[in-house]
Amino acid sequence: MDDELAIINVYPELLGTYGDSGNALALAHRASARNIPVRIVGVGVDDALPLHGDIYLLGGGEDSAQLLAARTLLSQQDARQVLESRPCLAVCAGLQLLAHEFQDADQGRHEGLGILDVTCGRLEQRAVGEIVTEPLELPEVPTLTGFENHRGTAALGPAARPLGRLVAGIGNGDRHHEGVVQGLIVATYLHGPVLVRNPALADLMLARAVGPLSDFDDPDVEQLRLERLEAADPRRHRTRHAFLRR
Amino acid sequence: MTDARTASTHHHRRLTLARHGARAAGALSRRLRHGSGLVIAGRVLLAIEPDTVATLSRERSITLVSGTNGKTTTTSLTVAALGAGAEVATNRDGSNTAAALAGVLASADAPKLVLEVDEGWLPWAVRETGPEAVVLTNLSRDQLSRHHEVGAVAAAWRAALAGVPLVVANADDPAVTWAALAAEHQEWVAVGTEWRADSSVCPACGSRCTTSGSGSVSDWGCSSCGLRRPEPRWELDGHTLRGPGTEVDLALDLPGRFNLANAAMAVVAAHAIDAVPAPAAAGRMRAVTSVAGRFEHLRLHGHDLRIMLAKNPAGWLELLHLIRDDRHPLLLVFNAEGVDGRDPSWLYDVSFAPLRGRTVIVQGDRATDLLVRLEHDGVAAEHIPGPLAMGLWHLPAGRVDVIGNYSAFRRVVHEARRG
Repeated sequence: MDDELAIINVYPELLGTYGDSGNALALAHRASARNIPVRIVGVGVDDALPLHGDIYLLGGGEDSAQLLAARTLLSQQDARQVLESRPCLAVCAGLQLLAHEFQDADQGRHEGLGILDVTCGRLEQRAVGEIVTEPLELPEVPTLTGFENHRGTAALGPAARPLGRLVAGIGNGDRHHEGVVQGLIVATYLHGPVLVRNPALADLMLARAVGPLSDFDDPDVEQLRLERLEAADPRRHRTRHAFLRR
Repeated sequence: MTDARTASTHHHRRLTLARHGARAAGALSRRLRHGSGLVIAGRVLLAIEPDTVATLSRERSITLVSGTNGKTTTTSLTVAALGAGAEVATNRDGSNTAAALAGVLASADAPKLVLEVDEGWLPWAVRETGPEAVVLTNLSRDQLSRHHEVGAVAAAWRAALAGVPLVVANADDPAVTWAALAAEHQEWVAVGTEWRADSSVCPACGSRCTTSGSGSVSDWGCSSCGLRRPEPRWELDGHTLRGPGTEVDLALDLPGRFNLANAAMAVVAAHAIDAVPAPAAAGRMRAVTSVAGRFEHLRLHGHDLRIMLAKNPAGWLELLHLIRDDRHPLLLVFNAEGVDGRDPSWLYDVSFAPLRGRTVIVQGDRATDLLVRLEHDGVAAEHIPGPLAMGLWHLPAGRVDVIGNYSAFRRVVHEARRG
């Protein structure tokens, strides 16, 4: 890290349809709260991917924007090397772009960057709604909450691990898991934006870039987490129903 | 009697019965204060007679108005522009789905209708009503939990518009332009657009679409295929609308550049539908001061309220521009159910930084989402749960701008009017 933590938001004009630019804001917000100077760099489609960013973010996008982003990324010589060597959050279309391949609306197969040992297919029905998962690989991160809006699946190869166990929602489309963790990459179908709703995940990304962080509690964000989990986590409802039955 | 005539007679009787039933349900709904009753009436009608919209549209002149933002206002201004002499029916309250259209068609006998249509329902409405003209204002991200993708809506529009005689279309919006090109004729109106985030990809071929400039000097074009901004016949420049051999001043009683754009679309629509001269159309619009509660001024508990709607990033961008120099308090109400869309992630697609330093209160079922969003832009706000009056109680007497997304806006208008 130079004087400032450089958060690289990759192609926000293509991969920013579902509010995922908020992930950059969440990182900046939580870094600033620790007095860490921070700079958000939006990478345009005509720009070269910066080589020395501290955290890289890829968001969700529509089918045609995702295809254009894929063509652009594949044409960048250093994209693979950069994105697999730095802390990286890839959401929805971003996850698919880092996979071996993904499918479009007409079942056409397209090459991804192949950084994640993942092959993405197509759900029969679009997954739209609140989603809750229990992280498997990241012990310091509590229950994840988000909103999914996608038709993609994710079949993981041996080098990739699922991000979370599915509690509510569709996730990777295998009925069990959501997202991918591989090396420094965290990939997920969760919007929300996911780092706003899950500050511990934001802190994990920050800590990977800058080292240990001081504590920072954000009561409004905790209230938001509480509300969304109360609305979408069926385990809470079972507890309440059991209590009422007594 | 032949089988065909028997079937026709039965169909007519069923439709008549359905209309009576629908009117009774509508009247009951009004009496129970559930809005205008048109939607309830329409639901009853469609349940009894599913092809009621097609049947009631026959031999009537129908113009459909759709788009992400501005459709209610453009519809209302178009009706105003057509003049008191024209027998025109419309859905005034912003209800714009199949049931609302069925309700209006059944309740009014006017030979001419200007109907606002939800962008998702537009293909259905075109198929059922066989419109003479369709007016398209703009297309951008909104309710993505329902529409999923802007590109998919544009593609559905384009498929539906094939064979439509005329589309009055915003030439500064690539998705609108691409869809409108499927119609037989186009009347291009350049009204400008500040929201560009959904115009990065060519809707025709998926290549890079580049945009430049803003307002009356904006331009766009695909870097690969031939799709580019069409040469407009009408251009909005500030308050001035220039068209073939005419130039009119749009002196509206509604604020904001987006309402000037709505008015420009309405002037051209009235010209296209009924050959209304542009100056006459513009003159008739000046009487419109509020549309279905939008920009309604009300006095409540010592506060002078101005009530506004912002339900997606493009709408917020325009509203933030409108209020950029104001310093009085804001009361923001935010929900995320049904017509609002269930995913409020879009709040992060627009910067709320212009609200820094202002007194802001947030309310609504999803107030916490908005509170957190504002926090990320350095806007200090306070969450006051409860009704509008509770929020106002925390503010000093005087001017307050109240801004809600769709269901929140409707609730606020209802509460403020009730007093």
